[in-house]
Amino acid sequence: MNLDLPLIFAALMGVAVLAYVVLDGYDLGVGMLMPAADAREQELMVAAIGPFWDANETWLVLGVGILLVAFPQAHGVVLGALYLPVAAMLIGLMLRGVAFEFRVKAEGWHRELWNWLFYVGSFLASFSQGLMLGRYITGFDSGFGYLLYALVVGASLCGGYVLLGATWLIYKTEGTLQKKAAAWTRWGLLWVALGVAAVSVATPLVSHTVQMKWFDFPRTLSLMLLPMATLVAWIWVWRSAGRLARGVAGAAHWTPFAGAVAIFVFAFLGLAYSLFPYVVIDRLTFWQAAAHPSSLKVVLVGALIVLPFIVAYTVFSYYVFRGKARAGLYE
Amino acid sequence: MDNPDLIQLARAQFGLNIGFHILFPALTIALAWFLVYFRIRYAKSGEAAWLATYKLWVKIFALTFAMGVVTGITMSFQFGTNWPGFMNHVGNIAGPLLAFEVLTAFFLEATFLGVMLFGMNRVPAWVHIGATLLVAIGTLFSAFWILALNSWMHTPAGQVMADGVLIAGDWLQVIFNPSFPYRITHMLLASGLTASFVVAGLSAWRLLHAKADVSALRTLRTGVLVAAVIAPLQIFVGDQHGLNTLEHQPAKVAAMEALWNTERGAPLVLFAVPNEATQHNDYAIEVPRLASLILTHDLDGEVKGLSTFAPDTPPVAPVFFAFRLMLALGMAMLALAWISVWVLRKNAAPPRCLLWSLAGFTFSGWVATLAGWLVTEIGRQPWLVTGILRTAQAVGRVRDAQLGASLTGYVLVYALMLGAYMVVITHLAGKGVLPAKADSA
Repeated sequence: MNLDLPLIFAALMGVAVLAYVVLDGYDLGVGMLMPAADAREQELMVAAIGPFWDANETWLVLGVGILLVAFPQAHGVVLGALYLPVAAMLIGLMLRGVAFEFRVKAEGWHRELWNWLFYVGSFLASFSQGLMLGRYITGFDSGFGYLLYALVVGASLCGGYVLLGATWLIYKTEGTLQKKAAAWTRWGLLWVALGVAAVSVATPLVSHTVQMKWFDFPRTLSLMLLPMATLVAWIWVWRSAGRLARGVAGAAHWTPFAGAVAIFVFAFLGLAYSLFPYVVIDRLTFWQAAAHPSSLKVVLVGALIVLPFIVAYTVFSYYVFRGKARAGLYE
Repeated sequence: MDNPDLIQLARAQFGLNIGFHILFPALTIALAWFLVYFRIRYAKSGEAAWLATYKLWVKIFALTFAMGVVTGITMSFQFGTNWPGFMNHVGNIAGPLLAFEVLTAFFLEATFLGVMLFGMNRVPAWVHIGATLLVAIGTLFSAFWILALNSWMHTPAGQVMADGVLIAGDWLQVIFNPSFPYRITHMLLASGLTASFVVAGLSAWRLLHAKADVSALRTLRTGVLVAAVIAPLQIFVGDQHGLNTLEHQPAKVAAMEALWNTERGAPLVLFAVPNEATQHNDYAIEVPRLASLILTHDLDGEVKGLSTFAPDTPPVAPVFFAFRLMLALGMAMLALAWISVWVLRKNAAPPRCLLWSLAGFTFSGWVATLAGWLVTEIGRQPWLVTGILRTAQAVGRVRDAQLGASLTGYVLVYALMLGAYMVVITHLAGKGVLPAKADSA
């Protein structure tokens, strides 16, 4: 049997990146929402993400790891071109990662400082990731228009993460904080709607390749299912958040998060469709950038053995920490 | 790429990052096993003091681990941003080893760390002990893979050329390359020493504040006892590692001993200032024939000098000095650990001068680890992968202004993080574990 290894690894990398964006997205989003909450609520918010953030971030290492292992040619090109936003993202991730631990142990103004660094780090990491995505889609072309485009993508991704964070809080909290989260969800939705609309219009303009893929009748008609599905998910989240904000009895707590995840999955599929088969748009395809089959094979075998375990204990961890978050995490 | 400044800047940045990163795994690898021990003692005795001890050290562990994670993520990106040539040339070997580290270690550690930190009241005791154990095992897996890669870079084996690229011909040879058994043992023992001196040092710090704290006295004893066992083992393994290096990387050993020319009956240079310009040692204090005796077990044995390997020789002075620093610290740690065990025999109360010494040696393991790391990594230059890839071939094409700006950013963030880390853990330790109610979340 002859496996198309580069294709398999492209799919694996896609899954890792999507898992990262959704999982770390919600905890980065919660970080960005911190200034909107009071001190007691902040404790609950941190408790709602505390047991998960570290494993969530590991998906980023897996994503970049697959890029490194499976597509070494692209790894150098992509990370070299994204040098500064990557450095900014890393500094953001470092600040917020250690702020998790430091803020619990600090007292007085020290604690305020780490809260602030937690917020700033979350924002810096999110915005940089959006910038990276924007630069990536346009093939790292320079020029004012491309920079503006990357900034819009950066802002949109922040909106998306805020949406994920707010809906996660609806799921993990109750009472007044949950009501607040429902209101934040609607702000996040508006932000995302603006962002997605702007990016969807702008992407075909900045990239001829993307334009060719989407405006090709009659295929365009079936492709329109994707924005339609996104719209349906958007309305679903808007309505279920509204029910929670009004305090309607029996409103499910998990639906807004599920809807937000659906929006991210649809956006991801759209993006994947736009870029495929390129790992660096217009320059390198997955097949051109792929590592030697011998090393791909050994990693694939390892991944197939280990991934079921990773999934199993991730499920176990979410099962252990099911239900509403409680403050006083360390006791 | 032939801009020497850019290479130096890229090396400085990566060296800073990896040197900063190595501090935290060097502590957590072994500290995880201390946690397992404290956790089991609590489960068996049900004593509140053991629980409080466990909780204190779990906090210190969590902080250290978080520092390791965030700096580790940075490294996974800097492979690409700073050394694209590394992956282009040897990616088919380095890549899978790194991938296995992520797959087998990182997810395991990160997930069960959550259960360990926040799950004590949510899962049965045996599950919680199991989670603590899995975190410890995860750190071992991580060390295994990364040291397999690092050792392969020093003493490559098992690779073949196929279709114009370097690939692994035999993965077992790649992983269990000639220096791997020595290097991983040396590193794991280094972690054991680092952690036991941190445990003993912070406990001593606590006892200086509150001399009646029985929990701190207990952890002090645990720390010095472990250190007293590991220190002589480490010196033995280090010597064996050195002989292995002499066999596979003789230029590194020549630099460690500042031996410029091949000699029979080579002297051991105790102290000197190696002078690259004159290829000569200034202010040298030597013991005749001792280097030959140590390295070849023969007073007249021949030891190859640096000139034999020219021009592919590492810079001599940093390797020479870092090696002496590591040795001196190792001997001092051995002496302090044995003296402590002797003084503390039969449950004697520790005198203040001993407590001050141990507190002063809290982070000695870090300094020794960094010194050893400098010896081995600088000693490999000008190669990135011995005989296969030169460092200069692997450096990226990043503009030096970008490198400079990001380097400044990293330095500032690292300084902030390290400062906060040391303040917080000494504060936590100084506060102690009793009364337990003083610990607020």
